[in-house]
Amino acid sequence: MARWSAEQGPRTEGPAAVGLPAGSPLNGGREDELDQRWAKSELDRAETSAELEDIEIAALLEAIYRFYGADFRSYARGSLRRRLRRRAELEGITTISGLQERLLHDRACMERLLADLSINVTSMFRDPAFYRAFREKVLPHLATYPFIRIWNPGCSTGEETYSLAMLLSEAGLYERTRIYATDINAGVLAVASRAVFPLEKMREYTENYLAAGGDRAFSEYYVSGYDGARFDPRLARNIVFARHNLASDSSFNEFHAVVCRNVMIYFDVHLQRQVHELFYSSLPRLGVLALGGKESLAFSGREEDYETVDGAERIYRKR
Amino acid sequence: MQRSPFSLVVVGCSRGGLAASRRLLEALRRRDHLTMVIVQHRGPEPSPLVSALASASPFPVSEAEDKEPLLPRRVYVAPPGYHLLIEDGHFELSTEAPIDYSRPSIDVTFASAARAFTRGVVGVVMTGGNSDGAKGAAEIVRRGGKLVVQDPSAAEAPDMPRATLEAGLDPAVAPLEELGAVVRRLALQMNEPAGAQR
Ligand SMILES: C[S@@+](CC[C@H](N)C(=O)[O-])C[C@H]1O[C@@H](n2cnc3c(N)ncnc32)[C@H](O)[C@@H]1O
Repeated sequence: MARWSAEQGPRTEGPAAVGLPAGSPLNGGREDELDQRWAKSELDRAETSAELEDIEIAALLEAIYRFYGADFRSYARGSLRRRLRRRAELEGITTISGLQERLLHDRACMERLLADLSINVTSMFRDPAFYRAFREKVLPHLATYPFIRIWNPGCSTGEETYSLAMLLSEAGLYERTRIYATDINAGVLAVASRAVFPLEKMREYTENYLAAGGDRAFSEYYVSGYDGARFDPRLARNIVFARHNLASDSSFNEFHAVVCRNVMIYFDVHLQRQVHELFYSSLPRLGVLALGGKESLAFSGREEDYETVDGAERIYRKR
Repeated sequence: MQRSPFSLVVVGCSRGGLAASRRLLEALRRRDHLTMVIVQHRGPEPSPLVSALASASPFPVSEAEDKEPLLPRRVYVAPPGYHLLIEDGHFELSTEAPIDYSRPSIDVTFASAARAFTRGVVGVVMTGGNSDGAKGAAEIVRRGGKLVVQDPSAAEAPDMPRATLEAGLDPAVAPLEELGAVVRRLALQMNEPAGAQR
């Protein structure tokens, strides 16, 4: 969206307007280029504004990375642009560079942006069909190993990790499993290791659990406390929660399965490919890669190096 | 700004959209140098939308995947539960909040198509029971694309085409029987050397 209209365009503020002679060394003889930028049709201005906005976004992302260390430079650009515009609008600012100024000088504004961009939504047995497929098609394979290592990057507040732990324990495999659950965000990891979740979610999770083919009473897994549903500490016994940044940290082990769901969808195509390389190098032959419902191997650069275990549920096995 | 290598027809519809989309697809010919993206509001339940459209389409029909490059002579359908964006020649699926209860939102896809394909876009607003699409249609027109609206008086649900008409964008208006031919003509004109497109 254009951040300025035809009327507001600084056409009268070019070098000529401030009295510099054409071709003056003071302006490097570039006033023609400035003219090209501003003295055009409505349609051209729409294009220029889109181009300008891209420059502003790149500058903003670089600035908040350098100053705050928050790195969104490789996030999917279309959705990022929309979220930045929305933040600018809520702040009552009309340009992305205006938003940049506020972000750099007003910490509270930066915190609001971080909240906009940190998407941690998750739930237990999210997409029950995925867990059903994992139970039926992946667990029998994992059962052939004497010791099982699973990496669950982007685990958020841990609901997914505990769901995996339940599956494994119901299959009698959990005692010889270790799950490495990692996330870039220390706050969500702290929630994850407490293993206390809102009571009002338990009905939904129970339904998910049953739809995923669970055959116990889901309520066996938690006790209701004053602060919520406290999950059985035995479920956490073989889970290691740790910080890990998929964009900059390397692999730290070899895993029989990598379960990374609804994380890479926020990344741009380059970072996605980079993370796919990381996963590929972390899996042995026949190692399993499980992605989110709308995440595909198809454009990862590694599509030939896996075979499909369950296409609809996005479960793959390294060749 | 990059020029689009083929015309992009972006279609928004809601209630009654399946039958209308089929009619639209039936007007296309195998050699037409265009690609169609259909955003239809629907619930999260699996639906046979893709197969129902495929039988009317001269091009392969699929649900758009995250980061999938757009190819010519394809029909892509927005998956339920995500916004569908176009960025740098490929699709992006986004989990931003629904807009007016809709995800996918037609406005979101239209605006992003307009930004990515500028003058190479034909927006089509068809039957539907809300006003999604009107804002996105304005973006398409602002960036030099063309707009076609189904005649609301004959639409199964007139609200959506009516809302776009009320935006004052001066679109082509046609009943469903003629809509496909109008859309096709506008899309193919864009590809001609004399047009704005290469
Ligand atoms: C939407 S949640 C997905 C949670 C869970 N996997 C699920 O599918 O329900 C995305 C998570 O990815 C994490 N994340 C984002 N960027 C990351 C990065 N570069 N490295 C590791 N984790 C990241 C976020 O902190 C967030 O917790």
